[in-house]
This record gives sequence, structure tokens and C-alpha cells, in this order.
Amino acid sequence: MALLEISGLKLAFPGEDGPVEVIHGLDMTVEAGETVAIVGESGSGKSVTALAVTRLLDHAGGRITAGRIGFTDRAGQVRDLATQSQEAMRLLRGPEIAMVFQEPMTSLNPVLTVGRQIAEGVMLHQGLSEQAATEEARRLLEVVRIPDAARQLGRYPFQLSGGMRQRVMIAIALSCRPRLLIADEPTTALDVTVQAQVLRLMRSLQKELGMGLIFITHDMGVVAEMADRVVVMQQGRVVETGDVVALFAAPSHAYTKMLLDAVPVLGSLADQALPAPFRIAGAPVVVQDTVQHGAVPVLELDGLVTRFDVRRRFRLAGRIHAAEQVSLKVWPGETLALVGESGCGKTTTGRSIIRLEQPRSGTIRVNGEDLSDLSGAKEKRLRRAVQFVFQDPFASLDPRLTIGFSIAEPIHTHGLAQGPAVQARVQALLEQVGLLPEHARRYPHEMSGGQRQRVCIARALASEPSLIIADEAVAALDVSIRAQVVNLLMDLQARLGLAYLFISHDMAVVERVSHRVAVMYLGQIVEIGPRQAVFGNPQHPYTKRLLEAVPVPDPTRRAAHAALDESEVPSPLRTPDDMPVVAPLVAVGAGHYVARHRVGGLY
Amino acid sequence: MLDYIIRRLAGTVPVLLAVSVFVFAFVHLLPGDPARMVAGPEASLEQVERTRAELWLDRPIWQQYVRYLDQMVHFELGQSIKTREPVSKLIAERFMPTFWLTVWSMVWAVIAGVGLGVLSGVRRGHWIDRAATVFAISGISFPSFWLGLLMIDLFSVRLGWLPTSGYGSWLSFVMPAFTLGSAVAAVMARFTRSAFVEVSAEDYVRTARSKGVPERGVIWTHTLRNALIPVITLTGLQFGFLLGGAIVVETVFAWPGLGRLLIDSVGFRDYPVIQAEILLFALEFVLINLLVDVLYGLVNPEIRLK
Repeated sequence: MALLEISGLKLAFPGEDGPVEVIHGLDMTVEAGETVAIVGESGSGKSVTALAVTRLLDHAGGRITAGRIGFTDRAGQVRDLATQSQEAMRLLRGPEIAMVFQEPMTSLNPVLTVGRQIAEGVMLHQGLSEQAATEEARRLLEVVRIPDAARQLGRYPFQLSGGMRQRVMIAIALSCRPRLLIADEPTTALDVTVQAQVLRLMRSLQKELGMGLIFITHDMGVVAEMADRVVVMQQGRVVETGDVVALFAAPSHAYTKMLLDAVPVLGSLADQALPAPFRIAGAPVVVQDTVQHGAVPVLELDGLVTRFDVRRRFRLAGRIHAAEQVSLKVWPGETLALVGESGCGKTTTGRSIIRLEQPRSGTIRVNGEDLSDLSGAKEKRLRRAVQFVFQDPFASLDPRLTIGFSIAEPIHTHGLAQGPAVQARVQALLEQVGLLPEHARRYPHEMSGGQRQRVCIARALASEPSLIIADEAVAALDVSIRAQVVNLLMDLQARLGLAYLFISHDMAVVERVSHRVAVMYLGQIVEIGPRQAVFGNPQHPYTKRLLEAVPVPDPTRRAAHAALDESEVPSPLRTPDDMPVVAPLVAVGAGHYVARHRVGGLY
Repeated sequence: MLDYIIRRLAGTVPVLLAVSVFVFAFVHLLPGDPARMVAGPEASLEQVERTRAELWLDRPIWQQYVRYLDQMVHFELGQSIKTREPVSKLIAERFMPTFWLTVWSMVWAVIAGVGLGVLSGVRRGHWIDRAATVFAISGISFPSFWLGLLMIDLFSVRLGWLPTSGYGSWLSFVMPAFTLGSAVAAVMARFTRSAFVEVSAEDYVRTARSKGVPERGVIWTHTLRNALIPVITLTGLQFGFLLGGAIVVETVFAWPGLGRLLIDSVGFRDYPVIQAEILLFALEFVLINLLVDVLYGLVNPEIRLK
């Protein structure tokens, strides 16, 4: 008897004109001890399905309209979760079925201690006293490998890092030894190295407890890493289901094929020096030979330093060394990727260039002109030459302005066109990013995430910049859309000779787009060089760690990288008198430099 | 925590200084001669000049300001033009009635407002929610003098249960506090409801349910504690507002509070009293804001520990 057997499941949410069905007859099974991955893009219904199994759907406004969710409980009795009462479901949640959610930042109650939040479930379902439950909570924190567990019990969520919080979430989920664990994108919000740690933890705990695991994700790399079986969903329907090895080797449905093709695979350009766009629909791939070496660099940073003071009791308590002596050059037509994990200073570096943060020292040269201070007309020249594309296309467009207005704004600001010429230019820009001229009249909420990011790119292009700083510009997009937007960026580079400073944590995408890579760690560049050299022959231990942590979308290569670092990346916060050492990088190859000095923390 | 309180206290100093400058300037911005105003309309020229010298009005402005600050620090608020009594005595007499009226009004407002707000937040769309909305809208739109008069008519004139007016036993508090508190309760109910609804949609509330926490626990432990954080701010603001004296309610119930003192002083152009009241209101607001900040820190560990 299967642990979970869903058949003919239909779900609906109330809409303006009656209920809207979002799941149209879903069948799937999960055996005890098995990991089933549900994959699909946004809107495929994978998260809603998880909510239906736990019946948290009832609190989210949705309703089960048809079908059966057969669950075999501890006593061996099969229960239909679709028809259980709220109270019966509540007693199942925790001891029988548990969930881990995507956002560790918001999934824990900010005003309760971590210990209390873990102990709560233990007290409820196991009838333990508060003291015994707290002791159990401490044990659980050790199970999820949180160091110094006893002390962590009294801490609040905001005092913990994202990875730590997700471990706490896992501890909560496991607290009553559930027989089915549903993890909804549990590592999407985490850094790669942290993701690798959390995935490994989940896998070993699952083995220990013999749990059934439903793993919901959009990341094929994670699927290959975790799953025994895969269920592929698209728009509320299962399009394909099968054994993970077989499915990756020979996907039968066109959508699965498309998903797998769109996934950037780290190492796929290992023997190719130049970046190359994704292969979409069998079009021939032209490598990106666009760099104009020998020309004046579009961007030249020399010793850029940006620090943030942390004050306590009116005194300087510490400093965040977000960017320490960052020096780099970007040539016309080149993509330089700035990689690293949260807090490494890659975003601050980007923001410092356009003075969204004020650097303490260093020179910033744009197209050969020193724009370190923005006196007179320099600011205008900087704003025109350097444009920014942000991560979240929802938040970076004004919801009350039309797309056309947003794109036209920089044209007006820089006086690049007047009168009807502005509209013509807006339409040309929209076409350039693969949208239609009539999109100009739309508002942001009338467009999809991918379309919105195209709008942001069009807006960036409007001032005819020579450099675009793309800060995680494709991170929030679905795989297939991400591939399209990456290809668009590369196409624009080939046509317009643009240079990109491509800030990203996604190593596989970085391999696709960049000519050169700079790895940042604790505010410093620890390795910089041609992409092929840095990825193929990483010299700095941090670069190696970063590359090893990337999940490989190939289930047959799972055992390949076993030894993982369990340590946390230290914080870039230092005491005021503790100045970091910055030594010149050492050349290890043609244009390939690495830090040999001790940066701090682990390396 | 102490650290945090000291920091907040230090922050109030510039605010109070700014208010003192404003209040000080007030006398100088009024039309006419302040010395003549203080000396009174029948005063002779010598008397006016003597007053001018007494008040340092013939000295440079900065010296006047320093003297003024010195007096304020020692609670020397001058003399009422109308009654010739020390202003500090007048204010002291009127403060306690207003203070207690405020306290009881707010007790009623918090109980009714937060209670109704949570009730309608939990039973969203239910008839209870709609009834609470009706109450809240009427509370906001019903003029308090009218509510006061209706209550006097019913409870004092017809039933004879409560005194019509004045400040005395606890019975005298019932109607003024209810009248004053109801308007505040209405606003609080709306505010609490929306805070509650907002927090209900948070991920950690879903986490609580995924642990199998009963609805009671979801509401009390996980939702309400977080929803009350913004409500504290509103409570503080309303408290400060009411401490300024509720002019309408104090007038309807012949309450000897600061609100009526203010009205009387404005009518009589009793400037020293007006000045003192403005300063007092500012001080009250600053102290209440401080209290709110401290409470905030108690409820929200992120503020306390950072």
C-alpha cells in the first residue's frame, strides 16, 4: 500500500466569475522512504498540490472539488485526506505529514524564540512538558547540525542566517517524526553552498526516518540530486512522470524536453573559451566573440572601497566591509560576471558604481573618464553611460505608469529625442527586446515576469548606455523564460556592442554568458580571470567550494561530489579596528589572478 | 534595553527644545505689546514699563530665551492674566481630571477596539465582522457631543442612574469615558482588524498551522502578538491626543479638565496659560512616544536586541 495515493484530484479557487479550477485531475503516489520531485514552472500548480495534501489549502481560500487523497497513517489505516474534518487534519499535521516552506526569512514567527517554535509542536502532539519539549528541541537542533544548539534555543529568527533558519524549519517539520514530508522549494532562497548543505541534510534525515518525501522545485539540478521519481507538471496537469534516471535520459513529453534543454548545465561550455547562448528550438548557436580588446575600457574600477558603519550606543560598533579595494576592468562588448554568495559585496559593488551607495575611496572610470566625483555634468554622463537592471521585475517598474512611459523617461531625461520621435524610439526599443509596439500602452501588472524583465532591459537601453549592470537580472525568472532573457542579453551584446557587469550567484548561467569571471568573498575579489580558466582550473579554495556546491542536473553523477563543507560563510562585519588585509592578486595564468593572502573567515 | 531607553530619551531633547523655541516665539509674534498685555489694559505707563523690566522684555532676545528656558526647567510658568494665580497651580488642578478621564477612556477603547478588531479579523466576512464594521463606522461618524447628550438624557434625566456632569465619584466617569473612548475604539477596531488580516496571511501563520497548532493558538500566539505591534503605536498616539484634553466631551459633561482650561484661556487671551498648555502637550506626546518605543521593544525582539 502506497503511503500517499492521489487520484483524480481537482482544486479550485474562487474567482470573479465563479470558481477557477487550477488542478485538473492529478494522479500521483508516494511510497514510504521514497522521494518524489514535483517540477514545473510558476503557475503549474505544484505548490497548491502540496497545500491540498496538508489541507492548508482551506486557509488559503482554495477548495478540493473532486478526487481522493489516500494516506496510510501510522496505524495502517487508509484515510481520504480530501474529506477529513479540519480537526482530524490538524492532528495529522506534524506527527504524520509535515511541511518545509520556501522562505526561511518569513516562515518563522519573528517574535518567538526558535526553541519555543520547535517545542510548540512537540508539546502539542507528544504531550511533553515544556521542559522536556525544550530538551527535545535542543536535540532536534543538533540533528539538523546547528552548532551550539543549547544557546540557539533562546535566539530569535532574525538573529540567524537564512541557512540556519531553514534548518530550524526542518527541525520543526521533523519534530514529531512525520511519515510524509513535503518540502516546497526549500532551498530556492538559499545560497548554493548552503543549498548543498541543506539538501544533503534532508537526504540523510529521510533515510534515517524512512519518510516519504515530496520535493517541490523548479530546479532540475536539485531534482537530479534528490529525487527517485519525478512528476512534471504544467498548468495544473501532470505531463510526465517516471524514474529520475530514465526521465533525464529520455524525456518523452515535449515540455519536459524543453525544461531540460533550458536548464543551464555547469560544465557544458568547459571546452569552449567564449560564451554561447542557450540552444532554443534547434537554432544554430553562434559563440559570443564580441570583446573589443585594446579599446578603452567602458568601466575601470581601481581600489573601490565601500563600507557601512554599524553604530551601537552612539559608538562605532563595527563596519561591514562590503567592498574592499575592488579593482576590475570591463571592455566594450564584454561580459564580466561578478559571482559570490549573499553578503559577499557583489551587489554593493554594482550599486557603488552608479552611486546608489557612496564609496569611501577608489576611482571609477567610465569610457576613460574619471567619474569618481559627480560634479557638474558628470553625473548625467554617468547615468547615461551606465544602466542598471534589477532582480525583481515586479518591484522595479512603477505600477501606476505605462510601460511606454517608463521606457520614454530616460529618453526625455537625456534629451535624446523630442516629440513623436520619442514614441518611435520606444517602439523600436520594445521590438529590440522582443515585445510588440502595442505593449507600450500596458501597465506592468498586465505583463508576465519575463515580459516585465524585457521592459526593464528596454528601459536600460533607452539611454544608449555602454555598460549595463545586471544584478541577478534573471534569478527570479522561470527556467525557460530565463534562457530566453539570457539569450536576449547576449543578442543585444552582439548587435550593440554592449558590455555587461553580470552580478549573479548562479554559476551555470554565469558560464553561459560571461567572458570573464570575478569571484567575490567578504568584500574582496579573490579570483578573477577568463571564464574557462576560473571554472576549469579554479585556484582559490572559495571558488572551488562555490563550484562544487552547484547541483548537477544529471542523476547519474550524484555521488561525484561527496565531501561538502559544513561551515558557514563568515560575516563581512568586523570591529572598527580590525582592518582587512588586501594584498595584490597573484597571476596564475593569462589574465588569471588569485588571492594568496588570508582574506578572513575560512580562507 | 536600558541602552535603548537612554538613546530614546536623548532623542527627545531636541524635540522639546524646538517646541520651547516655538512657544517662546509665540508671545513675540502676537500683535501688540506683550508688556501691556501682561500688565493689563488699565495699567499705567510706569506699570507697563515695570512689567517690561520684570519680564526682561527690554533685554536682547537670546537673554530672554535663556531666562525662559531656565524658568521652564523650574516649572515657573508665570501668572494667569485672568485669575492672577500661578499657571502651574491652574494646570496641576486641571491635569488629574483629564489624566484619569484619558486613562479610563483608553481602557474602554482598547478593550472594545482590539476586541472587536480581532473578532472581525477572525470572522472575516461573517455577520460579526459586518456588525463590527457598522459599529466602527458609527463610532467614527457619530459626533461625541450628540452621543453625550443622548446618554445624559437616558441615564441621568430619565433613569437617574448617573450624575449629569462634574468630576467626582467613579459614577461620574462612566459617561464621559464611554463617550470619549467609543470614538477611539472605533478607529482602533478598524486598525486592529486590518493588522490582524495582514498578519493572518504571513508565512509563519501557515507554518503554525502546518505544525498542527489549534486555531486558538494560531490566533493568540502567532497572529495577535504580531498584529498588536502597530496597534501599540495607534494607542500611544490616541493616548497623547486625549491627554491634551477633550474639549467637546469636557464641555458637555462640565469636566474640569485641560480641554476646558484651554478653551477658557483662548477666549480670555490668557497667554501664559496657553503657552504652558502647549508645552505640556508637547511634553506628554514626547513621553508617550518614549513609552510606545519601550513597549515596542518589549513586544518585538528585533528592536530590543539590535
